[in-house]
Amino acid sequence: MEDIAAHIMAKYNYWIYVVLMMIGFYAMIGKRNLVKKLLGMNIFQTSIILFFISTGAKKGGSIPILDKYAALQGAVDVNQVVNPLPHVLMLTAIVVGVSVTGVALAVMQRIYRKYGTLEEDEILLKIENE
Amino acid sequence: MIWQLDLFLLILVVICAVATITVKDLLSATIIFSAYSFLMCLLWAEMGAVDVAFTEATVGAGVSTIFFIAAIFRTTRRSKD
Repeated sequence: MEDIAAHIMAKYNYWIYVVLMMIGFYAMIGKRNLVKKLLGMNIFQTSIILFFISTGAKKGGSIPILDKYAALQGAVDVNQVVNPLPHVLMLTAIVVGVSVTGVALAVMQRIYRKYGTLEEDEILLKIENE
Repeated sequence: MIWQLDLFLLILVVICAVATITVKDLLSATIIFSAYSFLMCLLWAEMGAVDVAFTEATVGAGVSTIFFIAAIFRTTRRSKD
């Protein structure tokens, strides 16, 4: 039993990422306001980015900026720097996320201009009555 | 990576995420989401990903908050849930 508890506690950060992801997922499904849904999508996205960044982190690892002369002489210890590959991939994901947010907000303004509300159930009611 | 700081920031992040989706006023939800993005940026700087932290501080906590506030002022602040 203690073994299982130690196993769970050793990866505590992964559990918190899953909790964050589920908070975002609940907001996307359970909330009826469109802005709330978009905030939930952003939370979901940042939790996944956080997971990927944490896979590159190392105990005792420094930032991945090297001294040029030391690197040319081959005197770089891989255990001293964190892995920069997930950082590069997730930079793209952040920028894509902001553009998705911008497009979604523009669509939301069109919806508000047409139906006069941002609540999903009221919009559905107005579409049915048309 | 200091695990005490890591755990502290992660707990603050979860509190901010729950507050973002429970607050009824959309403008306050957006401001709390900006605080969430800033805490996320601190978390990434603490993990050694300084480039991602820079991008998140400018783009996530800055630009997307301004987008949200502009959209809320053009539509409505009221939310039922």
